[in-house]
Amino acid sequence: MIDFRSLMQPHRIVMMLVFIGIVVWCAFSLQWDWIPKYAPLALQGIWTTIWLLVVTVVLGFLLAVPLGLAQAVGPWYLAAPAKAFCTIIRGTPLLLQLWLLYYGLGSLFPQFPWIRSSELWPYLRQAWPYAVLALTLSYAGYEGEVMRGAFKGVAKGQLEAAKSFGMPRLTMFRRIWLPQAIRNVLPTLGGETILQLKATPLVATITVVDIYAVSSRVRSDTFIIYEPLILLAVFYILVAGLIALAFHWLEVRVLGTDRRTS
Amino acid sequence: MTGLLDSLGLAQSAELLSLSPPGWGGNLLRGLSHSLQIAFGAYALGLVIGLFGAYGKLYGGKVTRDLLAIYTTVIRAVPELVLILILYYVGSDIINKISAAMGGGRVEVNGVAAGIWVLGVVQGAYATEILRGAIQAVPPGQIEAAKSFGMPAFMTMRRVTIPAMMSFAVPGLANLWLIATKDTALLAVVGFNELTLETRQAASSTRAYFTFFLAAGFLYLVVTLCSGGVFARIEKWARRGQPSLKGGSR
Repeated sequence: MIDFRSLMQPHRIVMMLVFIGIVVWCAFSLQWDWIPKYAPLALQGIWTTIWLLVVTVVLGFLLAVPLGLAQAVGPWYLAAPAKAFCTIIRGTPLLLQLWLLYYGLGSLFPQFPWIRSSELWPYLRQAWPYAVLALTLSYAGYEGEVMRGAFKGVAKGQLEAAKSFGMPRLTMFRRIWLPQAIRNVLPTLGGETILQLKATPLVATITVVDIYAVSSRVRSDTFIIYEPLILLAVFYILVAGLIALAFHWLEVRVLGTDRRTS
Repeated sequence: MTGLLDSLGLAQSAELLSLSPPGWGGNLLRGLSHSLQIAFGAYALGLVIGLFGAYGKLYGGKVTRDLLAIYTTVIRAVPELVLILILYYVGSDIINKISAAMGGGRVEVNGVAAGIWVLGVVQGAYATEILRGAIQAVPPGQIEAAKSFGMPAFMTMRRVTIPAMMSFAVPGLANLWLIATKDTALLAVVGFNELTLETRQAASSTRAYFTFFLAAGFLYLVVTLCSGGVFARIEKWARRGQPSLKGGSR
């Protein structure tokens, strides 16, 4: 990863000392006494953010595979709706989609007695199903476009070879087409997952208590502005770094080589 | 027209969306114009920051380069929503400090200016990376040739580097513009009256959520599709004289 010797240049040492100085100054002159009181809530918020991210990325990717496939090789009556879906999702702000689902569906559902009496109603009254739905659709829309290129990018000879062995179509898809397509777009997927992480705080606007909502709560309770925001930014930087590291590790595992050195 | 709307059961929606009060169409369009103003301003500010940032990253000293690396990394790792809050508070704090130092009172920050400042700084980080990549893709011989003719640095930039890098930069910049238009929606969270917040106000006071959110989505989509067309033309113009990329492999 980062070469240790490249950090040992004089100007970088000075910058690191300045940075440490800023951290120490922050630690002593800013107000941190609110942390113990809000720590349990913050842990819950972190947990909400992480599971929202993981669940929506996994579900969104599962949805993106058929979307990409339909656009790449599907007949027009599958390709056109898939393309329209991706265009609409990519062309409108996520905040608007989220509010459309939460306020729109949320005001529509109670009008139907059979929904109100169904088993799902206790869940539909909460905010998080709408958050999961909106984030999943958003990730699927962006990823569908990526997967379209990925499916098209797999070399024809590979698929023809599989066909000439008499491989059934599903096996061919599972063993050759999908793995190669995912392999080609792993770096893009990493970037998109970080973008998805950065989209999660929007759910705070529909009353889901993620880590962003916790920091807003601290701000409105105590009137401390910068400290929670700084901690929040640090948290997101750390998670983004972890995602980048995880995808880098995955790339090395899957591709067998280090992209940066080769 | 009215007969058609009646038969589709959309007469009520059309009434709600009509431009004159009691319809809310005028509010939506005002929100759209605010959104577009901020998007244009932030995009322009982002391009200026990006151009300086790219030059700093490529030709600057060691410290400049490291500082710019921190800027682009941090901005791209932190959610826009968090950055908007931080930059909003920092910006209004600085302005109030200056105003207090000059003996004035508290200043109410103009929403459009605040939005442009906040989103511009965010856009600048992305623009820096796009333009740096584009400048690096220009064959170095062209810039060296300009230098060897004794062309001043600024003229080299204006006459050689920028025209030559345009074709590499336009796809990324088109994407950035789309991000700019969509990110204006986030300003709704700090209570700025752009399209998304106007829509929510209209929707919650009439309870016609679907009508208004779908109408706003349609407006955003029109903006997106139109800018897609415009950028396709710009790209064609920037690529004039270059071999077509179709059928080529990466």
